[in-house]
Amino acid sequence: MTQVTAEAATEAAPLRGGELGRFLWTQLTSMRTALVLLFALALAAIPGSLLPQRPVSPIRVKDWITDNPLVGPAFDAVGLFDVYASPWFAAIYLLLFISLIGCIIPRIGVYVRALNAPPPLTPKRLQRMPDYRTASTAEPAQSVLQAAEQQLRSCGFRVRRLEDSVSAERGYTRELGNLVFHVSLVVMLIGLAWASLLGYKGNTIVVEGQAFSNTLTQYDDLTTGAAFAPEQLDRFTIWVDQFDVKFETGPVQRGAARLFLAKVRVAEAGETRPGVIEVNNPLIFGSSTVHLVGHGYAPVVTVRDGAGDVAFSGPVPFLPQDGNFTSLGVIKAPDARPSRLAFEGSFLPATVTDELGTRSVFPDAVNPELFLTAWTGPPREETGAPENVYSLDKAGLVQLTEGEKKVAFRLKPGESFDLPGGGSISFDSWKRWTKLQVGHTPGLWLVLVSVLVAVTGLCLSLFIRPRRIWLRVVGDRVEVAGLERAEGRGGMDDELNELIEAATAGKGTT
Amino acid sequence: MSAYSSLAMVTSMVIYLLAVVAFAAEWAVARRLEPTSVDASILVGAGGPDELADRLAPATQRRLLRLDMFGRVGLALMLVGGAVHLVAVVLRGIAADRMPWGNMYEFVTTALAVVVAAYLVLAARFDMRWLGLPTALLAAISQGLAVTVLYVAVAPLVPALHSVWFVVHIMAALVAGAAFNVGGIASILYLLKERAQRRGSVGGYLGRIPDIRKIDTIAYRFHAFAFPLWTFAVAAGAIWAEFAWGRFWGWDPKETWSLVTWVIYAGYLHARATAGWKGRRAAGIAVLGLVCFWFNFVGINLLVSGLHSYAGV
Repeated sequence: MTQVTAEAATEAAPLRGGELGRFLWTQLTSMRTALVLLFALALAAIPGSLLPQRPVSPIRVKDWITDNPLVGPAFDAVGLFDVYASPWFAAIYLLLFISLIGCIIPRIGVYVRALNAPPPLTPKRLQRMPDYRTASTAEPAQSVLQAAEQQLRSCGFRVRRLEDSVSAERGYTRELGNLVFHVSLVVMLIGLAWASLLGYKGNTIVVEGQAFSNTLTQYDDLTTGAAFAPEQLDRFTIWVDQFDVKFETGPVQRGAARLFLAKVRVAEAGETRPGVIEVNNPLIFGSSTVHLVGHGYAPVVTVRDGAGDVAFSGPVPFLPQDGNFTSLGVIKAPDARPSRLAFEGSFLPATVTDELGTRSVFPDAVNPELFLTAWTGPPREETGAPENVYSLDKAGLVQLTEGEKKVAFRLKPGESFDLPGGGSISFDSWKRWTKLQVGHTPGLWLVLVSVLVAVTGLCLSLFIRPRRIWLRVVGDRVEVAGLERAEGRGGMDDELNELIEAATAGKGTT
Repeated sequence: MSAYSSLAMVTSMVIYLLAVVAFAAEWAVARRLEPTSVDASILVGAGGPDELADRLAPATQRRLLRLDMFGRVGLALMLVGGAVHLVAVVLRGIAADRMPWGNMYEFVTTALAVVVAAYLVLAARFDMRWLGLPTALLAAISQGLAVTVLYVAVAPLVPALHSVWFVVHIMAALVAGAAFNVGGIASILYLLKERAQRRGSVGGYLGRIPDIRKIDTIAYRFHAFAFPLWTFAVAAGAIWAEFAWGRFWGWDPKETWSLVTWVIYAGYLHARATAGWKGRRAAGIAVLGLVCFWFNFVGINLLVSGLHSYAGV
């Protein structure tokens, strides 16, 4: 970026400054610089694939810094835990794109001029060309040239008829493809910028039987572009009626997922219709998409307080920690009286206790159990401040104990536990929850189109053979020569032979 | 069915190993020929024109015949190995009742089948039997690692892979990968021969392969073929990711390294058009690209956890 600002700043400055700017601009747009920037980009992208990244796994980043106190904070300071949003990464690719634009714009001019210009004059010494041959002919010169012109035109050449020779060129599309490819990359970058400015992406956990309405408050997390406005959220409601999951039970890849299918109803613009969401089959509402990105278990519990009243009842989503869905969660009953109650613990869908301890050995709920510890404290004033439903703020709470021992218990569905200080909790049943991702990526079509155009341009720029062919008549001799202007697949030999044959066959009409 | 597939896979590996021996024997004989006694460009691939052979010493003539015989044996073994290999891949697909590209084992074995097929076409149609030794070596080693380290039993796919893009994305990556490997072999040979030329000691195998400009062109053609395909494979992967995961690009380690590989090969294509970077440097970049490709495949699948962790080993 510095080079460019320097150039912009010196544009109106006296000659010396202008020279400096021009020098820097020439340097920046040279192929050598482009190469260096390409390698810099490749190199800069690597740390992000080897170190944990904050947008993907913030907890692993925190652990990494804790585990490496020496380099961790330093890495963090230079943005190595969020490489792809770091200023230096942006600097590299923006410089690369500026270099690209600076290289491409002049080439577009050159190309347009070449398109409008006739093929070049026939060189004096054709024998110096890489492909050269001669033949003798009895035909008159004009007839030979006429036949050659016809032959070359029918082969798709652009032909320039000169006094004693014919100059022909084809393969202009190669450079066109090259230019289209590079321009498409710039358009793609614009599309990406558009998407990241105006787009949003949010996650929400919906328990079977519950619903999600597309409003800000319903999201567990929401990332929005800089120009996002809440009015952009499409209005719809989704009921997740049923979520079907199947796991591999055979010996090979035991526990691997085999089916995820959410049966839903969708209300949009006053109409309700049924639908399904699968992993490769998102719901699409105009410009928004709803993807199924995760699932887990929600034990259904009933908490009774010391007074014997129901203080909480319903499903509580627990968050899976591993492939066998060992899930952690918190059950809160702030309305319990005389003191509020809370529980912290884990849900194991396939509980096994053996010498390795108690753990879950399969992702499906074949033997679900709930393991909890209990907390209590005086009622707290309702502040309305947002609170994380997946973690327990233990300020003002004490862990329930029985004598010296902390209270910890396990429940199977249908069982309940009476708390030592009064109150109880029962594990009634369990439900599944789905994690839905609602996304809106406005520039996506532009990105897609530009990538497809880029690939097409790339193919043209690599597979088209630009070449020049000349034919000259000198007395009763015919000279032909060819020049491949890019690394081709060969084939010039045949082309020249055919030209000689056609030109000397006497079919030309003057 | 899957047992027959595994048997055929191991058999093909053994045959490739024998092909390596045959090709190695061919080049061992070539080493003993005096460089001056052979005009490589005339003799390679041909049985040896009679008038030329007459002028050579009898011992040299015998060696040339032996040399050619070893080369033919190697090629025949590659053909048989390739056929058995193809049967193994097809049987694997039938056993799984889907395209056999669901994990690393299946991907490697299919990609190698493409490499061997490409080699056979090159040898038969374009007189490029000389690629035999490195190709057979690549096939034997990778196939050996596939059946020992990467092997997993047949299993259905996870829901994320249930998509038409499974075929499109992986097929493009497979063919591009095979072409990058053949191109990479050519670039390595280019570098070896170029170095030997600088030291003035081009003999044996290197003396009998085409001159470095020809090798360079061959390497370029493979890379030029593979690069748009690779671009397409990455783009198709992004489209699929938008459907499956709700985002087209998430800097997953596999995505990152696909881009790194892409950028390096883009650098290769640019380097060939840049003064001072042609030849040795460009070939070096191509080899670097191949290293990235392999790291993306082996390193990222086995060492780094990400959404593409489908090795199953």
